[in-house]
Amino acid sequence: MQYSSQAVAKPYFIAAIGLFIGQILFGLIIGTQYVIGDFLFPEIPFNVARMVHTNLLIVWLLFGFMGAAYYLVPEEAERELFSPKLAIAMFWIFLVAGALTIVGYLAVPYATLAAVTGNDLLPTMGREFLEQPTITKVGIVVVALAFLYNIGMTIITGRKTVINIVLLTGLTGLAVLFLFSFYNPINLVLDKMFWWWVVHLWVEGVWELIMGAILAFVLIRLTGVDREVIEKWLYVIIAMALITGIIGTGHHYYWIGTPEYWQWWGSIFSALEPIPFFMMTVFAFTMVNRRRKEHPNKAATLWALGTAVMAFLGAGVWGFLHTLAPVNFYTHGSQITAAHGHMAFYGAYVLVVITMISYAWPHLQHNAPAANGRAQLLEMWSFWLMTISIVFITLFLTGAGILQVYLQRVSDTPLPFMVVQDKIALFYWLRLYTGLIFFAGLCLYVYSFFAKGKESLASS
Amino acid sequence: MDTSRQHDSGALPGDFAIWIFIFAELLVFGVFFLAYAFSRANNVELFNESQLELNRLAGAVNTIVLLTSSYFVVRAVASIRANDTRHCGHWLLAAIAVGGVFLIIKMFEFGEKFSAGVSLSTNTFFMFYLSLTFFHFMHVILGMVILAAVLLKTRRGGYSADDHTGVETGASYWHMVDLVWLILFPLVYVIH
Repeated sequence: MQYSSQAVAKPYFIAAIGLFIGQILFGLIIGTQYVIGDFLFPEIPFNVARMVHTNLLIVWLLFGFMGAAYYLVPEEAERELFSPKLAIAMFWIFLVAGALTIVGYLAVPYATLAAVTGNDLLPTMGREFLEQPTITKVGIVVVALAFLYNIGMTIITGRKTVINIVLLTGLTGLAVLFLFSFYNPINLVLDKMFWWWVVHLWVEGVWELIMGAILAFVLIRLTGVDREVIEKWLYVIIAMALITGIIGTGHHYYWIGTPEYWQWWGSIFSALEPIPFFMMTVFAFTMVNRRRKEHPNKAATLWALGTAVMAFLGAGVWGFLHTLAPVNFYTHGSQITAAHGHMAFYGAYVLVVITMISYAWPHLQHNAPAANGRAQLLEMWSFWLMTISIVFITLFLTGAGILQVYLQRVSDTPLPFMVVQDKIALFYWLRLYTGLIFFAGLCLYVYSFFAKGKESLASS
Repeated sequence: MDTSRQHDSGALPGDFAIWIFIFAELLVFGVFFLAYAFSRANNVELFNESQLELNRLAGAVNTIVLLTSSYFVVRAVASIRANDTRHCGHWLLAAIAVGGVFLIIKMFEFGEKFSAGVSLSTNTFFMFYLSLTFFHFMHVILGMVILAAVLLKTRRGGYSADDHTGVETGASYWHMVDLVWLILFPLVYVIH
């Protein structure tokens, strides 16, 4: 660790992993409820568990991004963090607010939560992924502003690199776009349109900048390749991500009441969205192949390469599968979407956060460039367990989705939704079993932090 | 013109990154042109009929305008290769100004269509016409911004005969903008 203030990243990473575990547990609950409908009912209804599953994902990724920024920015800016105290204070505020929100989801009916938190004063609740009480949303904005101030001041008064400028741009975009979660028009079409400004423009817009910056930072450290080379790649990748991703929002505007031209705009631009992801894969492998040193942290390299490949498959390929309007006419809102969602979030964002943690943790915890050999080996096992599981979860959901679309929407004698769900239950069982393996991989990952061992992997 | 300094190594002029960008842009427009072609094949009559409402004269003038601008950029590159910073700056300024003329004619054309009540939802032909010309319009603006950045650096003496990758980079992008129009104009305005 070059700067002592980088240590504030540590609690953020710990919280991220803790919430990740929670997310997966709730994933297992809803996975079970898919096949055993009254599992844990009435204590934890499906809609609540699903909300916890998705909200935890977003919150832990945000913790991960913030931790990554606190670790990365001082090193890039070549100065201590502007205010470590502010960073720690915001950590506790965010964690407590997040925990209270989850407790609120689980303890009282959603409508009661809305009433208690004064949703009628400024109604923002009730929309998928943005279910948080208004007061939590205000808290998120406060935390985000304090975070941006802290990071921004560090960058402004320090060395400005392409990486920290791209990261800051991404994080600012993240905060600004979140403001649309407060905009809740009565008109349902407008409501959906602007809802995507948060949901889509986050994951297929500004988050890609954050991901690119983190990946570039880690690759520079791991491979020793010239910064100029990596920065040029970063520029081209983010330019492509924005060109295709911004108008690509149109692929969410089919059949929701928006004008028809969105079917063309959405199809054409989002058909090209795999390109920046493909470039990211080529970029990561090229840099590792051209490496100028053998970094002892092999696990971090694996996570980094995994990020590039899985992001391309999950976001790029599985996104393309159903992005063209004539295809989406049939697949809209089916299990194909769920398949894409799982692999894209895992590939792009879960993995990039773990890549950063994997790289930073040995510095934070042991003041060493890498964990011991056994710990790294366990980490790599956990990578393969989780990654292979997510591939199979995606394949099973894709299978379920294809059958669902056919039986329910394409066949000459279309069947009702629930009848079809019964017919494809086998895939849901398989998904659930695979989810258990994923959870085992996650447990192994957590265990790897405590694994003792002497020799490093490089010397073994 | 001094041609002795022409690159004949077969290497791409300008920064390699701009070429990735150019190919990506060409791909976007290429997909758009293909989509146009397929749609037209299904609605030949509608496309032919709507096409007649376009202002072909404005399109033709704009073709000449963009070609002229591209020529000025060629002269700018030739000047800097001859180490003539002053003329390079003049040619760049001329190219940007002529690019501005393109924008003015285009806005006049858009205004004409909008006041006639044409919108993206009028029909499939006009959806393509407005989308394609609007995206191209935005690229002309971006090209002008790039040329302006190159111009500023040229004026500060940032380029020379030995080191003028930036000028070539800007020129390459500008030619791409020109090239797209050379396909767009006949495809959308003329051929039927």
